[in-house]
Amino acid sequence: MEMTQYLDIFIEESKEHLQSINQQALLLEKSPGELSIVNEIFRSAHTLKGMSATMGYEDLASLTHCMENVLDAIRNNKIEVSSSVLDVLFASLDHLEAMVVEISEGGSGKRDVTETVRDLEALEKGEVPKKIQADTKNEAKSLHAYDQYEKQIIIQSKEQGFHAYELSISLRDDCILKAARVYMVFEVIEQIGEIIKTMPAVDMLETEQFGTHFTLSILTKESAENVKERILKVSEIDAVEVNDIKADQLNISSNSESEENKKLEQQEVTSQDKKSEPQQTSNAGSSGKTIRVNIERLDQLMNLFEELVIDRGRLEEISKSLKSMELNETVERMSRVSGDLQNIILTMRMVPVEQVFNRFPRMIRGLAKDLGKKVNLEIVGAETELDRTVIDEIGDPLVHLLRNSIDHGIENPEIRSSKGKNETGTIYLRAFHSGNHVFIEIQDDGAGINKQKVLSKAIENGIITKEMSENLTDKQCFELLFASGFSTADVVSDISGRGVGLDVVKNKIESLGGSIAVDSTEGSGTIFSIQLPLTLSIMSVMLVEISREKYAIPLSSIIETAIIKKEDILSAHNQKVIDFRGKVVPLVNMKDVFEVPGSTDSGQHVPVVVVRKGDKMAALVVDSFIGQQEIVLKSLGQYLTSVFAISGATILGDGQVALILDCNALIK
Amino acid sequence: MMNEEKVIIFQLKDEEYAVPVQHVKSIERMQPITRIPRTVSFVKGVINLRGVVTPIIDLRSRFEIEEVTHTDTTRIIIVSVGSIEAGLIVDAANDVIDLDRESIEPPPEVVGGVDAEYIHGVAKLEKRLLILLDLVKVLNPEKLDVQPTKESIH
Repeated sequence: MEMTQYLDIFIEESKEHLQSINQQALLLEKSPGELSIVNEIFRSAHTLKGMSATMGYEDLASLTHCMENVLDAIRNNKIEVSSSVLDVLFASLDHLEAMVVEISEGGSGKRDVTETVRDLEALEKGEVPKKIQADTKNEAKSLHAYDQYEKQIIIQSKEQGFHAYELSISLRDDCILKAARVYMVFEVIEQIGEIIKTMPAVDMLETEQFGTHFTLSILTKESAENVKERILKVSEIDAVEVNDIKADQLNISSNSESEENKKLEQQEVTSQDKKSEPQQTSNAGSSGKTIRVNIERLDQLMNLFEELVIDRGRLEEISKSLKSMELNETVERMSRVSGDLQNIILTMRMVPVEQVFNRFPRMIRGLAKDLGKKVNLEIVGAETELDRTVIDEIGDPLVHLLRNSIDHGIENPEIRSSKGKNETGTIYLRAFHSGNHVFIEIQDDGAGINKQKVLSKAIENGIITKEMSENLTDKQCFELLFASGFSTADVVSDISGRGVGLDVVKNKIESLGGSIAVDSTEGSGTIFSIQLPLTLSIMSVMLVEISREKYAIPLSSIIETAIIKKEDILSAHNQKVIDFRGKVVPLVNMKDVFEVPGSTDSGQHVPVVVVRKGDKMAALVVDSFIGQQEIVLKSLGQYLTSVFAISGATILGDGQVALILDCNALIK
Repeated sequence: MMNEEKVIIFQLKDEEYAVPVQHVKSIERMQPITRIPRTVSFVKGVINLRGVVTPIIDLRSRFEIEEVTHTDTTRIIIVSVGSIEAGLIVDAANDVIDLDRESIEPPPEVVGGVDAEYIHGVAKLEKRLLILLDLVKVLNPEKLDVQPTKESIH
């Protein structure tokens, strides 16, 4: 059977399933008891297995098969969801993703996954996977892993004569109110000391999301024997084991420590996309109701539709002149229907930013692990819609900014707690509509930008001079981060602020017709705001007339329009200028620049459009303003690639083509 | 059949030219053209071709034949070569014929004022002489050296 024709669909759908498994696995980490999530993952894995087997990717199929077995065991309550299970699950996902990527690049999707398969098989049999077993052995009898902060507390308490114990408590199998017993144990301990850590986490204990066994780390002045006795007084407790936390346990090798940290952070790095959560369940139900459409076909549809709109305009005019009631009514109805149709076609290209945002929780989880930081990603407004073309492009800049926030923004947990902040840093990723734009904000509660360091770096790299640096406002100073000379390799280590390759981010966003700004308060965080057009194909313009030609000037570059008197035009160095709000602004006669045929007498009053490029301005002399309009942006095609001061074209209601002015080219 | 090629024949001044039919997307009547400032003179501007902005080249001007006012027979032949799509203004579009490849001869130095560079060959067809255009060369965008006139403001 010839499969190549299905390859694209296979790759697309595999990616979707992997993304969904990823997301669900992250959710599962938050609520391990939720079997509906396991079912969801199982479904995706099952489909993936079937697809890859049909396509002949045996390795993919066998790995998903092993995954499926584990998931099935979880569903049937044979094994419990633990961080080791999730670790193996994520490792399998990494393999699967790599395989799919390889296939999409023309490879065979083969990959050595024996180790992961072994781990999965071990899990399925209810054993602890080999690698993780080894880790536990390393740490002797330590049941818990402690982060820097906790270690610090334990060491300090010991110095003050406290004992640190690890309690391993088993409830009787027939225990009915497990949470109540846990509560009673807590009560007992709090009378004699302090609980510094529980396994599983407190909220899981409270909601009875554990078997019959849990462990606590406590600080107390009581003896081990005493502690044990007190706890055993709580009824329905089967056994209590008390182990002293030894100092050498607190200095476990950095290797296994990071290994442990990883496990811990699984619990701590979570995404709390509250809005999208209920949506996901509803999505699952309606997944069969969408179809994939080639974007080119949508473009064709849009083009054809514009033709229809133009003909509609003509029809309207004809019906007006014919003054036939019946024709009038028909044309009116047609206008209304086609208006609705236009809206539908436009919204068909819109997709929720969720598609991009989805991959971030997992990325943040990994990054935080690698950097030894605690980060909580909060996503708000994932349902905000953007044009497909923008969605495809916006991912990379966002990845860059998020990395930046974790790397340079969020401090290490110790530093954070020493500053009195919550150990876990928070990054907000927000998307929302405003007018004709979509805003995406990335805000962290990290260290903020050190203005002085940015300035000295900028001076060092020759972006600004020392004299210039003295007069910069905060805003101008932060802008320097986006300067192209700013990003050098050593910035990462030198500056606690930011600045790696932000110029690339800025260029990308500007190429999408958007803009990016940064604001920061030292010590309390930084916010990057990205403004994007709703779609790349629609923009707001001011239509002007020059002689009998119509041109469109993007509203984004217009400061204002004005009508000036001829006598107000001044001359400086052979250049006509005007005084615009105290600033000398050069006058550009569009008729001359564009060599527009026709008479040049424009009377006593001259309409001008004041446009800007950065801080520079120019006043474009036109003949008249037609008005503001939303237009559909069209390219001039491959033949006319470098036309001076024209960035594209649009088709007006009457079917004529109007050119779009590129103000950036007019101002040098 | 192997040796035959379907071509579209059009008129320019007194000569008959031919382009392969697979390069021709459509033949349009004259319509309003939006001028594009500061491009080479043979680029007359762009038209709205069913929603696609399409550049229009005046072939007379392209081949440095004197321009004439457009008449009822004037046509725009929409051609596409590679990724480039453009319309060519011709005096009239006449015919579609099957051309025997063997009848094609290499171009003489100058045919009707058109540089041999743009000509793929000539074909004799009974009493008619067809000039086969090399569309790739005719549409070569590198020839589009935009004349910089006045500098923009500083």
